Amino acid sequence: MSTQTREPSQPAPIDRLTVTERARNSDAGRGRLARGLMLAVALLYVLALLLAPLGGIIFYGLKSGLGAIGRTFSLPDVRHAFYLTFVIMLVTVAVTTAFGVVVALLLARDRFPGKRLVSALVNLPLAVSPVIVGLMAVLLFGRSGWFESFIAARGIQIIFALPSMILVTIFISIPFVVREVVPVLEELGMEEEQAAWTLGASRLQTFFRVTLPNIRWGLLYGIALSTARAIGEVGAVLIVSGLLQGRTETATLYILRAFDQFQEQQAYIVALTLAAFSILLLIGIETFKRKRTREAS
Amino acid sequence: MAQATIERETKRPSGRVRRRPGAALGPWPLRGVALLYLGLFILLPVAAILQRGFGNGLMNLRDAMTSLGAWNAIRLTLVTAALTAIINGVLGTLLAYVLVRIRFPGRDLLSAVVDLPFAVPTLVAGLMLVALYGPNSTLGGWLEHHGIHIIFAPLGILLALLFVTLPLVVRSVQPVLLELDPAEEEAARVLGAGGWTTFRKVVFPALRPAIAGGALLAFSRSLGEFGAIVIVAGNIPNKTLTAPVFISQLINPTNYGGSGGPDQAAAVSALLFGLSFVLVLLTEKLVSSPSKGSES
Amino acid sequence: MAGTIEVQGLTKSFGTFRAVDAISFRAAEGAITALLGPSGSGKSTVLRMIAGLERPDAGRVWVAGEELTHASVQDRLLGFVFQHYALFRHMTVRQNVAFGLSVRHVDKPAQRQRVDELLELVGLAPFAERYPEQLSGGQRQRVALARALAPRPKVLLLDEPFGALDARVRQELRRWLDELHRELGVTSLFVTHDQEEALELANEVVLMNHGRVEQIGTADEIYNRPATPFVAAFVGASNMLRGVVWEGHVHFGRSAVAGAYDLDNGIDAVAYIRPHDIQITGTPGEMSFPITVERRTDLGWMSKVHLRLEDGQALVAQLPNEEIVGVRPGKHLYANLRNPKVFGLDQANRASGAELALVSAVGGAEGSG
Repeated sequence: MSTQTREPSQPAPIDRLTVTERARNSDAGRGRLARGLMLAVALLYVLALLLAPLGGIIFYGLKSGLGAIGRTFSLPDVRHAFYLTFVIMLVTVAVTTAFGVVVALLLARDRFPGKRLVSALVNLPLAVSPVIVGLMAVLLFGRSGWFESFIAARGIQIIFALPSMILVTIFISIPFVVREVVPVLEELGMEEEQAAWTLGASRLQTFFRVTLPNIRWGLLYGIALSTARAIGEVGAVLIVSGLLQGRTETATLYILRAFDQFQEQQAYIVALTLAAFSILLLIGIETFKRKRTREAS
Repeated sequence: MAQATIERETKRPSGRVRRRPGAALGPWPLRGVALLYLGLFILLPVAAILQRGFGNGLMNLRDAMTSLGAWNAIRLTLVTAALTAIINGVLGTLLAYVLVRIRFPGRDLLSAVVDLPFAVPTLVAGLMLVALYGPNSTLGGWLEHHGIHIIFAPLGILLALLFVTLPLVVRSVQPVLLELDPAEEEAARVLGAGGWTTFRKVVFPALRPAIAGGALLAFSRSLGEFGAIVIVAGNIPNKTLTAPVFISQLINPTNYGGSGGPDQAAAVSALLFGLSFVLVLLTEKLVSSPSKGSES
Repeated sequence: MAGTIEVQGLTKSFGTFRAVDAISFRAAEGAITALLGPSGSGKSTVLRMIAGLERPDAGRVWVAGEELTHASVQDRLLGFVFQHYALFRHMTVRQNVAFGLSVRHVDKPAQRQRVDELLELVGLAPFAERYPEQLSGGQRQRVALARALAPRPKVLLLDEPFGALDARVRQELRRWLDELHRELGVTSLFVTHDQEEALELANEVVLMNHGRVEQIGTADEIYNRPATPFVAAFVGASNMLRGVVWEGHVHFGRSAVAGAYDLDNGIDAVAYIRPHDIQITGTPGEMSFPITVERRTDLGWMSKVHLRLEDGQALVAQLPNEEIVGVRPGKHLYANLRNPKVFGLDQANRASGAELALVSAVGGAEGSG
């Protein structure tokens, strides 16, 4: 202990304490406790918020046994719902991937006025409620909509039919591919492309042989996210579909209706199917994400 | 190197600003296609909402707000969104910190689980909550017995929003944490600062923009959430009716009885939408400016 | 397989910054020409304009007699080697080298043969199936070179090819490139800020500063007959002495050096003197001047000596061991200055002050720029 006389209110000067005394005061031990606590809280939160509900639906979906699952899948409404979801997903992912890459190239490599605005536009669908997206489609193509006379004259059905469902799902899925590809493009720089040009490759050849392989993991990551989003869409398609049972009902809309009409078991089973597919997607998402990060270095 | 493991996004010195030869995409046609795509899909619908909603001045808005539960729907949405942003702002940051700084078995698995809400359809998420806390489940029954109402109550809405927005905050904070130079914290420790002080004075200021950005993302996402809420909440006007569900009811008034129509829905949507857009811009600024500054 | 490179009046601005200002020069067929200059002198931009990676605001480019000014990058058929290699990371070494051929739809057997030929040439045949990330920096650059040479380009352009490598590898590759060039005889134009590299490798050097050409000449001409103060200061180490011109000499205090014949009497002038052009003697000679030795540093085979003139100006001399006897701090001796390069002061001032200050600092660079 320090034998120096000092004001009682002042702490002992650091250099007067011995190393052991300092160590005891240090928070190395406290630090470990704090970290353990943080870890516990984090794990608990994730368990309660994310995993428990997942467990719940697995339990309830499987509760009535495999027979019930078989029966549910034999229902024509259910089959059609899955089919519709699949078709919408396919078209959406194809469109958003192709255009998404083009937009990403534009954002990452080109300089033009209003680039900031374009970037904000790309991110906009993330912030807009899907209900509002559905509304937009109704305002454009529905009764007394802007394009109503145009499409009525040609006898095409957009609202209350597949085309509008696809359109709104595309709108909602626009950001994903762009957002994941842009940073990869920025990381990569343009040198490899320039090298390809000096070697005589046309812009198209360069894109397919140099750019695309270099962005593939970021691109796949974006596609996986986009797929998950397209499958899970409910708010916007609800509004534009008209809920025509057996005709314009996606898997998610089926769940909604089934639950409303107290066919809970079917709802849970279809939901569980979607959840299972999402887990598969999640595995893909995590794999692509890891490979993308490893690659950009 | 201890820290250079999981998902370390190592920055190559690509900071040399190479002057690009004119338009990287080449001729205008390609630029045009991209801009057309964006213009058609995004600008056009936005214009439609604004025109239909406010084409007749504020009349549509006023009529919309006279519907049952209108004001409370907006209030409920704002409150739950704010709570979600705050709670996940804190817990999401904690999660990010744990994922980046603490090594433990199963860290990769935890990281994957955090992304679960990105993969699962929102409707299914809501159904999961009903399965877990619904009146038919054991847990739900027990909670109801003790007076805690989750399904068909605001608490359920909150849980659904927390579920959906958690990864937004975590993924916003995580990369910034990874970028932080541990040398700064080590310097603080060498100078005698304890763990909490180091966090407060060195780590937190650097994370602040990312946390704010993530929280804002969570907030704006919560404003518009539909799928996760529509089953869980029960949509009871003035009690558990949120703005997005309210708007969906307005659009097809015949389904729900009462006046309404797309124009009124457009007016309310434009408000909600305007708020979202401002938030998007704010988030862009917050998230991009400080990190870009340290990248060059 | 060679051709002349000729540029005339090349100009390029980035915003308000004039990076390249009316550059003209010719790179002789079959020779290695260096574009030398400090950072920001515009040399890389010139190279990139020749390659087509940048569009000039004005000026024209010819290669092998053909005007390429408005041709696309792809049509120019030039080989280009980047400072950071720019190898295609997802392709093997073999695929990288074959790229220029496969893109032109050369048939497979011919591709294979040519690739093997080049891999032999650059000494990387055993690495054909490796990926770039598995190679060292020096190996990557050799692959980049092989890749550029595969389509038999008319000329070879290299943008600071050894800039990203460490010193020892740089030296090795420099020697190796020299040999390669002797063997192949391709017209080569390379950009560098390393004057040792330029002087050692190039048949001719184009020295650039602030977007303009300072001098074009062989290594000997540039080193021994600098045309401007910038060249005198930039290339090789130099001492700077200030004085006044009288009768063709520059006078400082009671001492003088010759070489100011084309300058008027009475104007201020600067004389540039190489450290190894200073001789120290115990007795005064015809053109010697009195100096005081301030410091002496022995560096193995030679020594650096810091001298002070009567009027206070400082000199750094480089003396081989044979001449260092008797040279000790504090002694008053005499210096003979050889080969002074003299320029009027206003001309010297117009050359960037920063570079002069850097180079003429006491103990300054022993040859690296």
